[in-house]
Amino acid sequence: MTASPVVPSPFLRLRQWWTRPSAHPAKVAQFDRPLAPWLFVAPQLLIVAIFFYWPSVQAVTSSFYLEDPFGFGAAFVGLDNYREALSSTEYRNIAGFTALFAATVTALSLGLGLLLAVKADAVMRGAGAYKTALISVYAIAPPVVGLIGMMMFDMHIGPFTKAAALFGWEMRVGIDYRDTAVALITVAVWKQIPYNFIFFLSGLQAVPSSVREAALIDARSGWRRFRDVTLPLLAPTGFFLLVINITYALFDTFGIIDVMVKDKPANNPITLVYKVYLDGFKGNDIGGSSAQSVILMVVVAALTVAQFRLIERRVHYG
Amino acid sequence: MQRFRPFDHLILLLGAAFLVTPVVMAFMSSTHAATEIHMNGLFLSPGGEGMATYEKVLTQKGGFTGTVTGARMVMNSTILGLGFALGKVVVSMLAAYGLVYFRFRFATPIFWMIFTTLLLPLEVRIMPSYQVMSQLHALNTYWGLIIPLLASATGTFYFRQFFKSVPDELLEAARIDGAGPVRFFLGVLVPLSRPMMAAIFIIMFVYGWNQYLWPMLMTTDERFFTLMRGIKTILQVWIGSQIPDYNEAFALAVLAMLPPLGVVLAFQRLFIKGLTESDK
Repeated sequence: MTASPVVPSPFLRLRQWWTRPSAHPAKVAQFDRPLAPWLFVAPQLLIVAIFFYWPSVQAVTSSFYLEDPFGFGAAFVGLDNYREALSSTEYRNIAGFTALFAATVTALSLGLGLLLAVKADAVMRGAGAYKTALISVYAIAPPVVGLIGMMMFDMHIGPFTKAAALFGWEMRVGIDYRDTAVALITVAVWKQIPYNFIFFLSGLQAVPSSVREAALIDARSGWRRFRDVTLPLLAPTGFFLLVINITYALFDTFGIIDVMVKDKPANNPITLVYKVYLDGFKGNDIGGSSAQSVILMVVVAALTVAQFRLIERRVHYG
Repeated sequence: MQRFRPFDHLILLLGAAFLVTPVVMAFMSSTHAATEIHMNGLFLSPGGEGMATYEKVLTQKGGFTGTVTGARMVMNSTILGLGFALGKVVVSMLAAYGLVYFRFRFATPIFWMIFTTLLLPLEVRIMPSYQVMSQLHALNTYWGLIIPLLASATGTFYFRQFFKSVPDELLEAARIDGAGPVRFFLGVLVPLSRPMMAAIFIIMFVYGWNQYLWPMLMTTDERFFTLMRGIKTILQVWIGSQIPDYNEAFALAVLAMLPPLGVVLAFQRLFIKGLTESDK
């Protein structure tokens, strides 16, 4: 018998995907009403359409235009804004610093968060107190963190500056490029340690006690136990945190940077997000700023997709 | 069974000190006079100027035009936090209900349309968002401050996960009783979701309270300034002054970090659970 299987055309399949209720309904039992579901999702859809899709489309559109700073129309320039951004040395330098900043902040805050989590998991006495202290600053807003950091590194009163002076290092944060970079990284790491600590600690505490006991017998040395047992078990959490930390360093540090460079970005290190803001609002270069926005959108979308993949993996591991 | 390990405690103590000391210093220094800080540096012990400083920060009209007090900024931050948290809970709960409990055409594209917003933070589309708001004449309004921040599906995501875990039998039982979608929602699902609603409300309140970039762009009228915006202003006023008002800046920082600190300390368990389980 040669009954050829019915292969739906791609177009038909697309239409099915588009209009059928859902291949994997969230519930086996569902209401079947024509109008009600639309009323329930309407507020969210409306907000998303006006405040997410409209601006996002506008960012893409205006990235192809050169807008007159005084508002006299705009000229279509194709990919010029992208070309200009990617070929300017200033943009490249800032991209370079952003990469360095993200890498350093991620490495340090992941490393310190892991170290503290392992130690907090190991001690018996005072574990609760340490935990409270280590996560307490988790939710403080970036600009507040920036303000406190600025004071810590103040040239006259900052304790960090005074401590550095003891080693003959005269820190001039806000004036010297390298010193400001060190201060920014320290402050950004400070804010992110609690987040990593929480995740690593809960990852550690999810390790079954049978595994711990077996490891205790197999590997006498603490370091070997950490390397051969704990680290592989924490790897999925670590990969997940890696993406979160990179996203944090790229975007959520805006408030810290804005407060710490005090509107004097000229000779201070800044990140790409800060540059989007500067060019758009201070420089009135709407096309250039939009092109940079779109570049960042691509980067962050890629990171988020990677993050979702890792979450899936994490569930399989666990 | 376990012996006391001094080295582990040393590392933990250093870590805790590194994280907590700056916050303690900010608080303690806010109770000293600016000249004292200028001469001696930051403090780890309380001073006697606290009441006067906080009273001044809360009641004295500051800023460039002299129309905003610290109390007003606290109020604006509270409005932003509460409005955002309330909006988030209501909008995302309704949307999650529609997505989980109904069979309807276009459900899949709607789902993707809503959840794509998780991809892009506001920061990357900040300029066009501002332009849209200015076309809508929403600059310097509370709704313009709050509603655009709702355009991310985090809350919807949490509620969707939660609704999916609710047993199907509840809906079947409600249907046998003749309950329609609205009665099922208000009578069964909302009471069931109370702890979830509370958790999301608290987390979103802090998130709204902490907003910085968006309020900074949306408010040029100082009557709408939030505490975060005020921090930026007080630093700008400093430039050029001989002895900056360190104490007042610290007082403002303390006011701005009280709710985030308080919430994390008071709801420590909930926070850890919510954070580490929500991502699955």
